[in-house]
Amino acid sequence: MAAIWSNPDFQFVLWAMVKIVVILFTMLTVVSYMIYAERKIAGHMQARVGPNRVGPLGLLQPAADVAKLFFKEEFTPEGANKVVFTIAPMMAVIPALVTFSVIPFGPQDAFRVTDVNVGLLVFLAMSSLGVYAITLGGWSSNNKYALLGGLRSSAQMISYELAMGLSCIPVLLFAGSLSLMEITRMQGHWWFVATPFGMLAFMIFMITALAETNRAPFDLPEAEAELVAGFHTEYSSMKFGLFFLGEFANVITISCIAVVLFLGGWNGPWLPEALKFLWFFAKLGVLLFFFIWIRWTFPRLRYDQLMNLGWKVLLPVALGNILLTSAYLWWRAQG
Amino acid sequence: MTPALFIAFGAMLVIASLMVILHRNPVTSALFLVVAFCSLAAIYLLLHAEFLAMVQVIVYAGAIMVLFLFVVMYLNLKHDVEHGIHLALRRGTGWILGGVLLAESLWFFGHRWAAGPLAPEEALATAGNTEAIGRVLYTRYLFPFEITSMLLLVAMVGAVVIAKGRGPHVERGRPPQGAPGAPAAPADRQETA
Repeated sequence: MAAIWSNPDFQFVLWAMVKIVVILFTMLTVVSYMIYAERKIAGHMQARVGPNRVGPLGLLQPAADVAKLFFKEEFTPEGANKVVFTIAPMMAVIPALVTFSVIPFGPQDAFRVTDVNVGLLVFLAMSSLGVYAITLGGWSSNNKYALLGGLRSSAQMISYELAMGLSCIPVLLFAGSLSLMEITRMQGHWWFVATPFGMLAFMIFMITALAETNRAPFDLPEAEAELVAGFHTEYSSMKFGLFFLGEFANVITISCIAVVLFLGGWNGPWLPEALKFLWFFAKLGVLLFFFIWIRWTFPRLRYDQLMNLGWKVLLPVALGNILLTSAYLWWRAQG
Repeated sequence: MTPALFIAFGAMLVIASLMVILHRNPVTSALFLVVAFCSLAAIYLLLHAEFLAMVQVIVYAGAIMVLFLFVVMYLNLKHDVEHGIHLALRRGTGWILGGVLLAESLWFFGHRWAAGPLAPEEALATAGNTEAIGRVLYTRYLFPFEITSMLLLVAMVGAVVIAKGRGPHVERGRPPQGAPGAPAAPADRQETA
């Protein structure tokens, strides 16, 4: 028995498991309170008060919501493809949560699950897998509104994924590494967002992030005026809950990546090394507020405007930014 | 632990690949192909080819298969319902070609196969192999690399020309649904090829 405990392989797996569980539950808590924050902020923006009945200030609202979703009737439409119909909501949550494994929340080893040398690519891979949830959910429901919502979203997400990937490249050029830990360390003195190239890349990244997570003003896949509820029209109970959770988990994942790439991750003044992770969460909070703020401020784009913005504006600007950044770095290397 | 993982992912790869050709529903086949791509990526990871693994997921599972699914769903392909001589002919050709391939590989493995080291040692350098791939791609293989991107560009322009049709411009303004998705695959490949 003692042999197992001293086995380095076993210790590694156990330690990783503990960190995964802690980070997963922290993030799920953040997700549920993100939903609460959204409703509360939306309320105040519309001169209402938002949820305030369950617990003090309505703080237990997320728990009540989840309990309600669990006890609702689960309904599968007659002509639905049962297996795919069940897999789709899972696919909405899993990729978003997997990405948390490579995000460095703080400078110490305990604040990240792992530091792989292709961390940024892990994020891009997982965000590209997120399309399946919506596409498959829309298709398997056997409902025309759901199918149209699914098709729209695949076109939208593929288009914006490209600009998003390209907007990360200037950061990589500066940092010279794909490891998120290394990228954070490079920003010890100067955040990337404070350079002209970084600023431009950050703006492109945030616009594409809104589109990737299907948030307003890019929530075309679920435009309720034309498509009922879009891809999740036929979903009920906790399956709908998973889509909902997936959307918010995606928002948080993408904000975490934006913090790491452009806002210096856990770097910040004053705090001692052990508390640096608080900086990470402060910046994350600002970005999450930004997402909610945008949603309740801007009207939805039309489909052709969406495609024009993605292909004719964001993509060329992102490419130009890469050229300019490389030219600058070359010029600097020449002395 | 690595051999066990290799066997697990290898088995997953083989089963998923078999399901791709054995399943009758085109969407399910496409989904099994995604599983196959992901297990292949896992095997790349076991071989310390992290960059290749992630690019495999991004390009194949994340972009190309999404477009495949997109087309399959858009055309609403029905189950495989071909009958008669066509089916017999196609199946027969498949069996013959498969048999030849199997015999060939058995002969090959019988004669040349030898167990080597599981992971190439030089790939374990500190910075990982992203840098190594980039260096090789832009020095030794620069010409094939550029030619490939030119080819993909030509394919993309061709697709746009075909999609636009030959007649005079009828409608400007709202593009047809789904059209903007089409050029995504070549562009994506060009970026990461």
